[in-house]
Amino acid sequence: MPSEPLVAQHVLEFPGGYTRTTGPVIGRFLTELRDGRIVGVRTADDRVLVPPLEYDPGTGEPVTDDYVEVGPAGTVQSWAWVEEPRKGHPLDRPFAWALVKLDGADTSLVHAVDAPGVKAMRPGLRVRPRWKPESERVGHITDIACFVPEVTTMVSVVRAEYSIQPGRSLARFLEGVRDGIFIAGRCTRCDKVYVPFRTTCPQCGSVIGEELELPDTGTVTTFAINNLPDPRAPEVPFVSAYIMIDGADVPMIALMGDVPAHEVRQGMRVKAVWVPPEERTLSMTNIRWFAPTGEPDVEL
Amino acid sequence: MREVAVVAFAQTRHTDHDEGLNEPELISPVINEIKERSGLSRFGFTCSGSCDYLAGAPFSFVSALDAIGAWPPISESHVEMDAAWALYEAWVRLQHGDIDSALVYGYGKSSQGDLREIMTLQLDPYYLAPLGLDQVSYAALQANALGADPDALREIVRRSRADGRANPYALDLPDPGEEGYEVRPLRPSDVAPITDGAAAVLLAAGDLARELAEHPAWITGIAHRIEPHYLGIRDLARSASAADAARAAGVDKGPVDVAELHTQFSHEELIIREALGLPPDTVVNPSGGPLAANPVMATGLIRIGEAATRILDGSAGRVVGHASSGPCLQQNLVTVMEA
Repeated sequence: MPSEPLVAQHVLEFPGGYTRTTGPVIGRFLTELRDGRIVGVRTADDRVLVPPLEYDPGTGEPVTDDYVEVGPAGTVQSWAWVEEPRKGHPLDRPFAWALVKLDGADTSLVHAVDAPGVKAMRPGLRVRPRWKPESERVGHITDIACFVPEVTTMVSVVRAEYSIQPGRSLARFLEGVRDGIFIAGRCTRCDKVYVPFRTTCPQCGSVIGEELELPDTGTVTTFAINNLPDPRAPEVPFVSAYIMIDGADVPMIALMGDVPAHEVRQGMRVKAVWVPPEERTLSMTNIRWFAPTGEPDVEL
Repeated sequence: MREVAVVAFAQTRHTDHDEGLNEPELISPVINEIKERSGLSRFGFTCSGSCDYLAGAPFSFVSALDAIGAWPPISESHVEMDAAWALYEAWVRLQHGDIDSALVYGYGKSSQGDLREIMTLQLDPYYLAPLGLDQVSYAALQANALGADPDALREIVRRSRADGRANPYALDLPDPGEEGYEVRPLRPSDVAPITDGAAAVLLAAGDLARELAEHPAWITGIAHRIEPHYLGIRDLARSASAADAARAAGVDKGPVDVAELHTQFSHEELIIREALGLPPDTVVNPSGGPLAANPVMATGLIRIGEAATRILDGSAGRVVGHASSGPCLQQNLVTVMEA
């Protein structure tokens, strides 16, 4: 006995494939497929068989010679999802096999459905054939390359362009930010300090005349951990926080940085991290983010 | 109707790989086992079931006769189907009354090719085969049409594999673990394993049966029914042909102690149980069934043999063997045997 098994590769093949006669019923179906139409055949009991058979499977009676165009749309009755297609499968990416009852038919056609994913598949899904180009159709079940779901959603692009100005109060605040300071406004009537600077008091409506400069330190009052990327944030997840600047009465929203997201907490003391003076512009991007100072937390 | 019984059954220790045996070498031990146990060296009729596509060679079943010994010439026949249908032919042949014994055998080495794609070749050549619809894919279409409960399927797999581990002839397969889908909704363990193997049954009539076995498994009903081939014109969630065959074989005429079902996919057990109307206390596939060993073309015959064994060993009084053929349980054969 040889130590290794003797193994030979063996192929069973009829080179070029068998030539099969179709008979008039299947031949009619395949001829119509070549022309881009799907037909069924009517039985004596007035049922429409798709694909057509020579004899009614229910009664054994010959079918009539009444061919009925069906579909092209149909409804998925049952399906199975192929994640890894085989060499002989009609599609080379994940797809579904399906029993498709074409509109006007009483039986279902077995074919492939090119769906974007398994979640798209369900009984009742409406599908339509995707035909091979006419020049490649030869009268074969694969003249229908596959079925595809009917259109139920579309992407609509929305884009408009604007030139905007910040308004006087924000422009004034940004001048301060360019110089590395926070400019606030104080309502003398309410005795409230607002940062960013504003020209009217949101509480009483008074005109705010008094400007004052606040330090770039404060306390986190609340925060959110964001898991969707944002071009302004250093990484994902990032934290956006409400920060009560020392001396202000309302918090300002800002990014947090130089700290893991899960370590940010209410009452944490923070300080602005500025870009170098030579890079500063009239923009909030002058402040990279707020970072912990290391001082003890503040009781809110 | 002439009394005919299963009096002996033999099978190989099935393997999940090619043992390097050719077909006559695979069959010979089980034939010899039948000859030794029965003391018969010649049979009134010999009938086998196999599939040339498994070997990829035409008329491969002819060379299998080398394992039988066909000289002086013997009366022989073959079906290109599971050997359960060879048993049916042998049973019919015994009804003629001129012979008293028939040897039935089946074998298959599905390790040699790609069984899933070989099974595509049995589909109609106009509408289905050109799509490349493979065996697991069409079974998955049926499983989805049934809407089978995944937990129920998992339990069928678990039970079958556990029973298979206790059966020295079946494969040793572990309890199903975490696994993805083969073709959704079927997972790899829902699919019968690739298996090589063979089996043989000896049928005998009347007094010869009583002479050869202490408890012959008398065939009191045997019938097969087929339904249309194309999947899109059938209700895949049910097996009308299995139900009709069961009725014709008289499954419901008494209790059923044991049923061996030719279910190559876990969901098929749910369909066949219902079609056969099996009572809840019937023990199903105590051998592990096809999910534990599936030597294609012998698997159906093994169901009859395993069920008969429960009568031959005196442990059951009335049993059912079921065999199936074609895509999505297209054809079904039901055999009722009684002590």
